[in-house]
Amino acid sequence: MKILTGNDLKSGAVVWWDGRGWSLHVEDAVDAGDDADTIMAREEAARRVNVPYAIDGERSAEGRVRPAHIKDRIRALGPTVRPDLTLKPADPEAGNWVI
Amino acid sequence: MYKYDHYDQAMVDARVEEFRDQVRRRIEGHLTEDQFKSLRLMNGLYLQLHAYMLRVAVPYGTLSSAQMRALADIADKYDRGYGHFTTRQNIQYNWIKLEEAPDILADLAKVEMHAIQTSGNCIRNISSDQYAGAAADEEVDPRPYAELLRQWSTFHPEFLTLPRKFKICVIASEQDRAAMRLHDIGIRILRNEAGELGARFYVGGGMGRTPMIAPVIRDFVPLDQLITYSEACLRVYNRYGRRDNKFKARIKILVHEMGADEYTRQVEEEFAHLLSQGIEPPTAELERIRTYFQDPAFEHGALDALDRSDPDFALWVDRNTMAHKQAGYINATISLKPVGGIPGDASADQMRLMADLAERYSFDELRVTHAQNIVLPHVRKADLYEVWKQLDQAGLGTANIDQIDDIIACPGLDYCSLANARSIPVAQKISQRFAAGGKADALGELKLKISGCINACGHHHAGHIGILGVDRKGKENYQLLLGGSEAEDTSLGKITGPGFDEDGIVDAIERATDVYLRERGEGERFLDTYRRIGMEPFKEAIYG
Amino acid sequence: MAEVLPLPSEGAGSGDHVQFRFRDDEPLMDPAVTVDAFIDQTNATAVRVEPGDDARKLLPHLGRIGLVEVNFPAFTDGRGYSVARILREAGYAGELRAVGDVLIDQLSQMKRCGFDAFAPDKPLDETDAKAAFDRWPHVYQPAADARVPIWNLRHGRNQEQNG
Repeated sequence: MKILTGNDLKSGAVVWWDGRGWSLHVEDAVDAGDDADTIMAREEAARRVNVPYAIDGERSAEGRVRPAHIKDRIRALGPTVRPDLTLKPADPEAGNWVI
Repeated sequence: MYKYDHYDQAMVDARVEEFRDQVRRRIEGHLTEDQFKSLRLMNGLYLQLHAYMLRVAVPYGTLSSAQMRALADIADKYDRGYGHFTTRQNIQYNWIKLEEAPDILADLAKVEMHAIQTSGNCIRNISSDQYAGAAADEEVDPRPYAELLRQWSTFHPEFLTLPRKFKICVIASEQDRAAMRLHDIGIRILRNEAGELGARFYVGGGMGRTPMIAPVIRDFVPLDQLITYSEACLRVYNRYGRRDNKFKARIKILVHEMGADEYTRQVEEEFAHLLSQGIEPPTAELERIRTYFQDPAFEHGALDALDRSDPDFALWVDRNTMAHKQAGYINATISLKPVGGIPGDASADQMRLMADLAERYSFDELRVTHAQNIVLPHVRKADLYEVWKQLDQAGLGTANIDQIDDIIACPGLDYCSLANARSIPVAQKISQRFAAGGKADALGELKLKISGCINACGHHHAGHIGILGVDRKGKENYQLLLGGSEAEDTSLGKITGPGFDEDGIVDAIERATDVYLRERGEGERFLDTYRRIGMEPFKEAIYG
Repeated sequence: MAEVLPLPSEGAGSGDHVQFRFRDDEPLMDPAVTVDAFIDQTNATAVRVEPGDDARKLLPHLGRIGLVEVNFPAFTDGRGYSVARILREAGYAGELRAVGDVLIDQLSQMKRCGFDAFAPDKPLDETDAKAAFDRWPHVYQPAADARVPIWNLRHGRNQEQNG
């Protein structure tokens, strides 16, 4: 699947295309399929996202979306060396999901 | 240390307003991201892996207590309570919001700080020896020259759109503690046979994907021609540096492709022309700047002995201090490399403690080192035990300077959008492995440097042991290098062979250090043994 | 800065629209030719310098030049700044026009390097451009403009350098 990511222009936060807007949580990401370029051009022009790009995503056995490449998985969660600063600071298993 | 006058302050204040206006135009859509990117980079603002990152300039690595406190306040108010000290003697914050960036610059301006030209294709913050003005072995304090270069390079209208970034370093002692010859321009202040001070210019060094050691292009530039000569070096680069390929755009490639002799010839020609233009600042300006770098009011006849009866303190003194030019004083380095920690990171509270100690015990001064540690440059020996006790209680008492666990590491894939592999977890595993059982102590001086990609921000080429993280089919992989040095015996490391995974690289390093422990001669460092016996015995142990 | 921003001038030069001009003389209407063509054609008076050109080739011919256009095909290519300074340092006093990808935030550095006319590909916002020209209360270093560097002001040397 193709999922779309970028950063929020004002806050810089990592965001994911959820079909209607941009979510902070990668689990909300949807398959953009053939519309990826259209969506990114439109959303960037409206400054609802900054520097969007499409990446390969995959679905885990439980049906959760995650990026295929480690770099985007670290983007999705936060730095692996500061679990307290990730999006899931209370989840001791979060790091395993990244690596 | 240097203090702004109303001119300096007006320039920095104008910069804040300019950036505020640029941010407004970006948010309102008058600037595209491509156009805005070069503007924000020239104010140190990157878009990184998780958020915007702001790099704040610490000119030649010197900070006052008030400035360090302001950095702590920014960490708390606009970031997540910490900052990261860099190999360019700066500090960067990882969780910045674009809309708040102008306010941060305004807060910095209140303490005579800024983020001007800390990124972008322009002349960057000038770096220097962390012991400048305090070292026992220096010819003169190099910082007045660095400050003059700072002013010259700030908003220099001809050199804001260079082919690529440009880093200048100024030192004034035989010992190189600032990786001087791995800069675009390295300047060493020294005396000629007549006893006059001048500047030796090394041009075209650098790390990155094509590491090069800068050759000397002029042995002695009189100090009243320092700016004119620098301008000539830059103009030849701006005109002829490659712009067709980003990876060949640094001045080292120009000097290499053109040849140092031809580059020198062109610089000399441009220099002769520029001398007729009268661009050199009045000598009175250098004198004015020098007055800010006079010695603090040292106590003469201060006790020159240390009570070493506490063994932990004695160990820290052996590892973390360096001789001072003034009897009774010492340079104390605060390690930001606790075992298992993140190299170069400091919490806001740690920054405040360091600021307090500097105010009370170091004439209000701190230094950032290129090895990502902090120095209290002027501590009375009589106060050193108290300073150490307070540091130790705050987790800042690690005794490991220049040891294998005093690791330089770039932020790597945990933070950086350019990285291919994580650096920090590797640094953590190495420091844990070697701190255990005192092995780090047994190894003595052994500089280990880790980069998470080929751009070499972690100086892996210049490590006695270097590690380069690469992406191998979507997996992190680490190459091992041996034999580099960033000091006066500058050399570039060589790759041992095939790379390793995260645990494999730690094992490989342990095997390499075992070779050293077995083979070392009297007084030899790891680097010396490597240079004497060569790569083969290490390769056999690592891969055999 | 004492400069008053002039009204945009109409139809000046050789096809590029000059939006800002800091000169009192009439703009030259001659077509600008390439550096090589200029050196061959002894009657040409306007020349267009591209980033890779050696501006010093023009120095023997400064007497007959009335207009130099310096092209910035991309704002990220800064060779044109050195071109401008080299010409001014050699005494060129005619119009020096920045053309191409000229943006608001480069105006002040261009002016400092000696440009006195600006013909951006896309017209710039007049208010933002004026703010950019007036941005810096002082300058640290001498360049091709008449501004006195801070390091002279500090020591009571208020006269212009170079000019």
